[in-house]
Amino acid sequence: MIVTAHRARFTEPLRLSSGAVLPEFEIAYETYGELNAARSNAVLVCHALNASHHVAGTYAGDPDNVGWWDNMVGPGKPLDTERFFVIGSNYIGSCFGSTGPASTNPATGRPWGADFPVVTVEDWVAAQARLAERLGIERFAAVMGGSLGAMQALQWALSYPERVRNSIVIAATPRLSAQNIAFNEVARQAIMTDPDFHGGHYYDRGVVPVRGLRIARMIGHITYLSDDAMMEKFGRQLRRSERGFDFGVDFEIESYLRYQGDKFSTYFDANTYLRITKALDYYDPAADFGGDLSKAFARARADFLVVSFTSDWRFSSARSREIVRALLDNRRVVSYLEIDAPQGHDAFLLEDPRYHDALRAYFGNIAL
Amino acid sequence: MTELETIARWVAQGARVLDLGCGDGRLLRRLWQTKQAPGYGVEIADAHVLGCIRNDVNVLQMDLEDGLAAFADKSFDVVILSETLQAIHRQEYLLREMLRVGREAIVSFPNFGYWRARIQIAIAGHMPVSKELPYQWYDTPNVHHCTLVDFEALCGKLGFSILERVVLTEGATVSTLPNLLGALALYRVTSPASTNPLTVPPQAPHQHRQQDQRRQPQG
Repeated sequence: MIVTAHRARFTEPLRLSSGAVLPEFEIAYETYGELNAARSNAVLVCHALNASHHVAGTYAGDPDNVGWWDNMVGPGKPLDTERFFVIGSNYIGSCFGSTGPASTNPATGRPWGADFPVVTVEDWVAAQARLAERLGIERFAAVMGGSLGAMQALQWALSYPERVRNSIVIAATPRLSAQNIAFNEVARQAIMTDPDFHGGHYYDRGVVPVRGLRIARMIGHITYLSDDAMMEKFGRQLRRSERGFDFGVDFEIESYLRYQGDKFSTYFDANTYLRITKALDYYDPAADFGGDLSKAFARARADFLVVSFTSDWRFSSARSREIVRALLDNRRVVSYLEIDAPQGHDAFLLEDPRYHDALRAYFGNIAL
Repeated sequence: MTELETIARWVAQGARVLDLGCGDGRLLRRLWQTKQAPGYGVEIADAHVLGCIRNDVNVLQMDLEDGLAAFADKSFDVVILSETLQAIHRQEYLLREMLRVGREAIVSFPNFGYWRARIQIAIAGHMPVSKELPYQWYDTPNVHHCTLVDFEALCGKLGFSILERVVLTEGATVSTLPNLLGALALYRVTSPASTNPLTVPPQAPHQHRQQDQRRQPQG
């Protein structure tokens, strides 16, 4: 499937949760399949931290750049683009094409840098709602996402209850734990204490806080894998024939983390990383309801599919069961899958027949 | 009369149903089709969970041994445990949980006091194997067999009232010597604390629903 990225420009100001106002913004997105005449077959796919609107397929002339959820979305895939019109949407604050910290601040003519506002999951969804209007979609057949994308799928059902028929919430949490926030804070500290960070105004200086980004990514990566998966993949295997008795790369896992960190630091923006982790930290739909998630979900009207993975310790199955309990308290239509997968949080990106067959069946039951 | 027909007869029109160990959801699907009774199934086996989704039945993949913490007190009209009791480790706990979340419970199980089972043990000297109990002793998921007498004693101990009992053999109702001649027992039970009305008022139906209402678990 050859796909093309698009960008939609919105000139009406967007008021953000923080009170700040984005005077104008762009959202990068891709679409797959055709919107039907009744406009009833649209599915919005929301991405997680290290992904983009490039959900599926490849770009012309760039066969190696495969979409991050290509095993889930496409012709004949569980989310079948022969039947559904699928939109992969980026979010504001990103570094993959939507307006973000590296974009030009219209007030100054220079990159926003540190002045780009802190955005929230609610802000992302509000911006995506404008994109939906632009594309002529009054109501999504489904909004779907994993991890941070799942928070958007949840928030869609809360911000726009009448505009979502199904909310598909995978590897999710209704709010970050103190431990989750702690990991994010370590990552942010790594970035902000990098001498090349310059308080977020590093674009003008022609430098990138590469060291901070590397460490942030290494920390993140540890939380995406289960202990077992890491042991299985790397064990205590040495990179060199024997121990070096120095601080070079001894173990395979060290090499892997360094490689992941290096790669990430070449394409990801540090200011974006700070904002995405903060958006994760802030997300808590129950906060306005005295911490009562059941009350928060009282306004939801969608049907829900909630999926968790047993080895995910970042957003554990217990967190997903909190969501299920809140939906049951509100008598929502909900099914819950707890997939006994060993890979950890990243299992949501992998092809597991139990997981994919269930998604395929669920989408098959969505009447168009 | 089949087990399914008996259960369907005991479920009131529009009742909110929770089916524990729901298999591929065929009972819930039937209750929706015949009684417009919305509900959820609880199931642990991956293949059954997939079957439920294919059958367009709400299913929650959870372990019954962990209890019913996902469900609020008295949030169902009826909680069903069909031919699953004998495979549960903590039976007392689960039965209590059933009548915590439901006003009534329907429980069915293969009767270990059935004469064919008795003969296999008493005369042939081996563990019973039959249509209702198809497993060998070494590969059975069943851990706690009981007879009608045993189950009724447990209900007494738990303070449950038996509202109705149906005993079946080969699809026929058994009325004489049920503990000897009955292969499958079905009970409809409640506890005095379970007779309160539902505490959560039903919601208004959706106005813009496009989807099949089948999966809508509203009372």
